[in-house]
Amino acid sequence: MSVLATPGAPRGRVAERARYWLPAIVVFALGLAAWQWLLPDVLHVESFLLPRFSDVLGALRDERSALARGAWITFKEAFGGFVIGSGVAFLSALVLARWRPFGNALMPYMIAANAIPIIAFAPITNAWFGILSPWSKITIAAVLCFFPVLVNTLRGLTSVDPESIELMRSYAARESSVFRRVRIPNSLPYVFTALKVASVLAMIGAVVGDYFGGSTQALGVVILSSVALSHYEVAWAAILVASVLGLAFYASISLVERYVVGWHPSVTRRAS
Amino acid sequence: MTDASVVSLRGLSKVFPRGGVTALQDIDLEIERGEFVSLIGPSGCGKSTLLRVVGDIVEPSAGEAIVNGKPARRARLDRDYGIVFQAPVLYDWRTVAKNISLPLEMLGWSRARRAERVQEMLDLVELTGFEGYHPWQLSGGMQQRVSIARALSFSPALLLMDEPFGALDEMTRERLNMELLRIWRETGSTVVFVTHSISEAVFLSTRAVVMSPRPGRITSVVPIDLAQPRTNATREQPRFFELVTQVRELLHMTGADEIVEPALAPEEGLE
Amino acid sequence: MAVRRLLQRVLVFFLVLGGLWAVWEGYKWLWERTGWTRPFRVNDYTLPHLHEILLQLGEPTSTGDDLWLYLLHAALFTARAAAVGFLFGALIGFGLGVALSQFDVLRRGFMPYVVASQTIPILALAPIVVRGLGSVSIRGEPPPDWLRVSVIAVYLTFFPVTVNTLRGLQSADPLALELMHSYAARGSTVLWKLRVPSALPFIFTALKVAATASVVGAIIGEAPASIQQGLGGAIINFNQYYVLEPTNLWATNLYAAALGIAFFLAVVLAEKLVVRRAPERLV
Repeated sequence: MSVLATPGAPRGRVAERARYWLPAIVVFALGLAAWQWLLPDVLHVESFLLPRFSDVLGALRDERSALARGAWITFKEAFGGFVIGSGVAFLSALVLARWRPFGNALMPYMIAANAIPIIAFAPITNAWFGILSPWSKITIAAVLCFFPVLVNTLRGLTSVDPESIELMRSYAARESSVFRRVRIPNSLPYVFTALKVASVLAMIGAVVGDYFGGSTQALGVVILSSVALSHYEVAWAAILVASVLGLAFYASISLVERYVVGWHPSVTRRAS
Repeated sequence: MTDASVVSLRGLSKVFPRGGVTALQDIDLEIERGEFVSLIGPSGCGKSTLLRVVGDIVEPSAGEAIVNGKPARRARLDRDYGIVFQAPVLYDWRTVAKNISLPLEMLGWSRARRAERVQEMLDLVELTGFEGYHPWQLSGGMQQRVSIARALSFSPALLLMDEPFGALDEMTRERLNMELLRIWRETGSTVVFVTHSISEAVFLSTRAVVMSPRPGRITSVVPIDLAQPRTNATREQPRFFELVTQVRELLHMTGADEIVEPALAPEEGLE
Repeated sequence: MAVRRLLQRVLVFFLVLGGLWAVWEGYKWLWERTGWTRPFRVNDYTLPHLHEILLQLGEPTSTGDDLWLYLLHAALFTARAAAVGFLFGALIGFGLGVALSQFDVLRRGFMPYVVASQTIPILALAPIVVRGLGSVSIRGEPPPDWLRVSVIAVYLTFFPVTVNTLRGLQSADPLALELMHSYAARGSTVLWKLRVPSALPFIFTALKVAATASVVGAIIGEAPASIQQGLGGAIINFNQYYVLEPTNLWATNLYAAALGIAFFLAVVLAEKLVVRRAPERLV
């Protein structure tokens, strides 16, 4: 053993971190390599199923303005639906938590309603608002977000432990005070879990809603028309853009979550 | 009911409709100012229910509960008591300081007054310096001390405690017992204390109320004449063991066998 | 008493149905009366009467069958695709979850992508995959339509099942694990007798989500690839002729909703049977 001191703590930690992530990095590199060479050349996967990675990148570069425009339009639809759906769901959850018997009776129906394939209603919203209007997709996205946020928020509002409520009673607190000081803060971790799910659903609603018809520049329509014209690299490039957009949306909610719900043990443990 | 009565219970009964359980039957009890009264009995004897009736968290089916000279409901609305549960019931999203100041916020105290009182309370429970911590960063014993600080923050005349140290280990428990007695002396409040532990009941209280289940009723009341202030030496006095034995026999008489026995063997102490 | 509870439940059910009916017809009546155009203009084209939709089910379609029968065939087609996909996806997901739980290196390698994939609009791939598979040949023939559609359901099912299986397997009570260790139990015994039963609640949560997703995936998979026989195809069809007869499309959506709910309830029932204790509040 050398007499010299072992590398200082920061260097050691970086090495430890790198070793932990190594398998994931390897998988990523392998995946990329498979995409670029294994699939097309060795397995002869047809280009319409999965074009070569470099081809997709090429399409991404060539069509970047169209894709950017599509991304913006689709994001506005998704975000609008997300805000409306989650907002209405949160308020509805407050009402249902306040008047419990009502909420209890309706719960199974809301859960069942969550199983309805909402996207199948896209043609109907198109009939309501017109195919080119963003409102038809916003409605789909909003309804998709509504039930998960409602069910989870309701769960968060009502899963307060009874001694907490007894404590508030001992303070002669009004019902609204109990909501403000106990139920709502308690529900926030649940709400954010639901919001993360909702962000994904809103994106899906916006993109796939377009499969039934939408503004010619929206991402979903770009995907569909590229497939129809057999321009599969463009279709995949559009899907890549949609994925990155979805991930970014999800990540930003995660960030807000860390800020708002930072006190929750699960969040602080993750951060350390 | 004398002027010194803080709690006066007459003919109190409570039947829970679901299951038809008679949790309390015909309870008569007077608690005077400055007393430390413990309620001890096996599961189902109604001691926790009794505590909650005093706190107007549960409504009695019959009889009356007068707290601080008023009906229990009025006493609750006037915030005449503080309550501590077995679980600390602290809010994770509030710091220790904000947890303690919760009832003060609801009473509309000014920020300055709240801050001052929070400091006093932290000093009282010997947690000075922990204002900014969050509950999950503290040990179980520390969390309970915060809970006690919160219960006393608005200086209520009455302190209701439902097995507050039940979830803690024996050593922490004994330490907190001493602290509770010190706080009781310093604040001059009246304490009603529910417990499973015979030694705890004898060590802490001025009177021990022995209860039995099915239906929940008071079997007898044992005056604890041990010298004040109580110290660790008190636990080794012969009189202490006599009282523990007395309480234990009262409990066994009513068929109650699930009581926590004191850890020490009493035989050697008795002359 | 159980009969009383059941009657109460039935009563609430009809109250809810009645309530929805009242809201629908009430909204329609009010909006038509006042002529409001926000959020959208209401007339028989945009919001037909509920009874008209139900009556339409008795009408014949171009295939000769009455609408209700036509839609039933379509629903069964979609159901088959969704169910097959769901079952395969669940098996693959479970297997993958078990594999990842046993081999740490695999888990560290793949988990980030499994998790990240949840945020990718997988549904967006549906048209490509289904159309693409149409050109693949298995033993000289392209795969049957419903099989192509079921691939979407496989994909939508296996990610949540994998994630939840893994989480469930890791959630075993540490004290129970120590007990197993004291019995010198083999790894596979611990896995099957302790970890898997502990994982079941998590797995069923994922299956409930996947059940719905499979139905959605099947419908979406059919639609752009113009696979005619299923509900997705029916939606595209009736959408084209919406102006002529809007109630056809609404009736189709009714069947789609029923299918989604039926799949969900099937999983809830399975959970009751397998786990043999009350599923915590249906979610």
